[in-house]
Amino acid sequence: MKDAGSSDLALFGTPARRIRLAVALVALLLLPFVASPFLLDLANQVLLAVIGALALMLLTGFAGLISLGTAGLLGAGAYTVGVLVREAAAAFWVTLPAAALLGAILGLVFGLPSLRLRGLYLAISTLGLHFVVVYLGGEYEAREALSTGVMIDPPSIGRFSLTSDIGWYFVLLAFAALALLISVNLKRSRTGRAWRALRERDVVAEALGIDVHRFKLLAFVVSATMTSVAGALFAYYRNFVSIDAFSLYLTVQYVAMIIIGGMGSIPGALLGAAFVMLFPYAIEAAAGFLPSRFGNVVFALDYAAFGVVMILFLLLEPAGLMGIWHRIRAAFAARRATSAPKSAPGSASGSAPGSAP
Amino acid sequence: MSPQLIANIVVLAAIYALVSAGYVLVYRVSHVLNLAHGELMMIGAYILVATAGLFSGNPILALLLAAVSGLVMGLVVYAVLMRWLTGEAVLAAVLVTIALGILLRGLSILIWTTQQFYPAAIFGWRNPPVHILPGVQISVASLAIVALTIIVYAALFLFLQFTAWGVRMRAAGQNPLLAEQRGIRLHAVYALAWGLSTFTASLAGMLLSLDSGVESTMATIGLKAFPAALVGGLDSLFGALVGALIVAAAEIAAIQFVNPLLSDVVPFLVLLLVLAVRPWGLFGSREQLDRV
Repeated sequence: MKDAGSSDLALFGTPARRIRLAVALVALLLLPFVASPFLLDLANQVLLAVIGALALMLLTGFAGLISLGTAGLLGAGAYTVGVLVREAAAAFWVTLPAAALLGAILGLVFGLPSLRLRGLYLAISTLGLHFVVVYLGGEYEAREALSTGVMIDPPSIGRFSLTSDIGWYFVLLAFAALALLISVNLKRSRTGRAWRALRERDVVAEALGIDVHRFKLLAFVVSATMTSVAGALFAYYRNFVSIDAFSLYLTVQYVAMIIIGGMGSIPGALLGAAFVMLFPYAIEAAAGFLPSRFGNVVFALDYAAFGVVMILFLLLEPAGLMGIWHRIRAAFAARRATSAPKSAPGSASGSAPGSAP
Repeated sequence: MSPQLIANIVVLAAIYALVSAGYVLVYRVSHVLNLAHGELMMIGAYILVATAGLFSGNPILALLLAAVSGLVMGLVVYAVLMRWLTGEAVLAAVLVTIALGILLRGLSILIWTTQQFYPAAIFGWRNPPVHILPGVQISVASLAIVALTIIVYAALFLFLQFTAWGVRMRAAGQNPLLAEQRGIRLHAVYALAWGLSTFTASLAGMLLSLDSGVESTMATIGLKAFPAALVGGLDSLFGALVGALIVAAAEIAAIQFVNPLLSDVVPFLVLLLVLAVRPWGLFGSREQLDRV
């Protein structure tokens, strides 16, 4: 029998959880062979979003540091690729590490205000940096007279180049899995516990001997590096970078992912990313039933509906989709407990199986 | 610097000041940062388009109706949305305003499309340039914006300083618990702050639309006005005036002497500078700041 500490530290948990993981993995590996091209593109978009959502979840959900800089960091990563490919015809094994490095540096820059500011003011400072990054990208486009952005060749090794959506699916799946592994590992390690202490009360964290400055900057650097790499992958996947893609709305989408998914939860980041990326397509499908007057303004309908959904989650379900999931599971557990005659009255308290000693 | 440049700075500063008054009002009273302010301003301008279409022969009535709608808009936003967040974490309230902004942006395009509207043309008004000094000219509407900004700030100052409701608003901002103990109805005070905030934003949106029309990108001006409020200190109306002048001067100077593309980023560069040096702003109160 495991004690609470070791089950916290175990990566894959109980045998039942291991089986569930294996099933999910097989499903993910088989998906591209059954999915239509449209669904495959959708899956790729979700996988890209997962990386960014996990990065933001690390920063905001774990460490409690609020950032409105996601779009700026994605843009920085994408532009690293764009500029290096255009100016130096660099290959992906140069551009991806370069994007990671720039992300780390920007993370340090975005993180510096967090040593003096918190809450709202920190969010505002990252918002300011967002505009600086977007300006630099726009300035580059204007100087090079690129009215339509930068075209990017697919990444290639020798004669093989990555162009098929199935190939991309496995590459993105690997990157998303890596991001997931990093997040899970950080959460259950010393770093994750330090971040949690920071989030709850940074004064107490400092009194406990946690180097507050170091862990705040670390959170920003890790998160920004992941986001920047996601931006670089995005540029390659789309074969194209334009600064117009990195508006404030993109940041809001990523913030919405971690809110809708469930703040502080890794599965929440995955759920939120899928929800937000699929949402416009659901709206588009729904718009098919509306009078044709709305046909050519689907994006506006999408904006409005997205605003409503975000407000509803914030007001009615601040714990997000994970909160709903936990409530459903607790309700089932309670029903099972009341229907089983032998169970003691105290066992219906909704404790998750396996978590009790 | 030429006199024309100074006139341009004053006009832009007046726009920023008029918009940022709303940021300050809501923040000072309820400590919520309203990031939907720009969108609310834009809706104010669109409402003028609607009332102008209904009463094209009676501009005064159309303007009055639109202004009153601006006030009602804030009351409704508070009653429907923000009321539920009183006492919750400030951040949740800010996120709700971001979501509201996106909702309003979508709704405005659904209702008014992305086309540009000119309410002045509906009234049959022209907007000729006026020579205020030899060699210095600005449009009539710009002149009206400067005048209106002065009037609004004077009125707000008198209102907050001398009327019962003004005192209640300041009291609620300083200490909501004590204020409520003294019988001040917080919900009424917060609703009034939101109403006044969208009222002033609507005035700004209306005049801007009379000057150069309104389209779906007007909300950006609202966001660019936010650094003005922060530079002056988020809880200081006087600070917003000074902040607006600083941001406008920096922006116009950058456009004139460096690079027109800088226009969108300069307000935020000023904001970052102030956050680094004096995060509570030039005239803000220091203990207000959520600071490490």
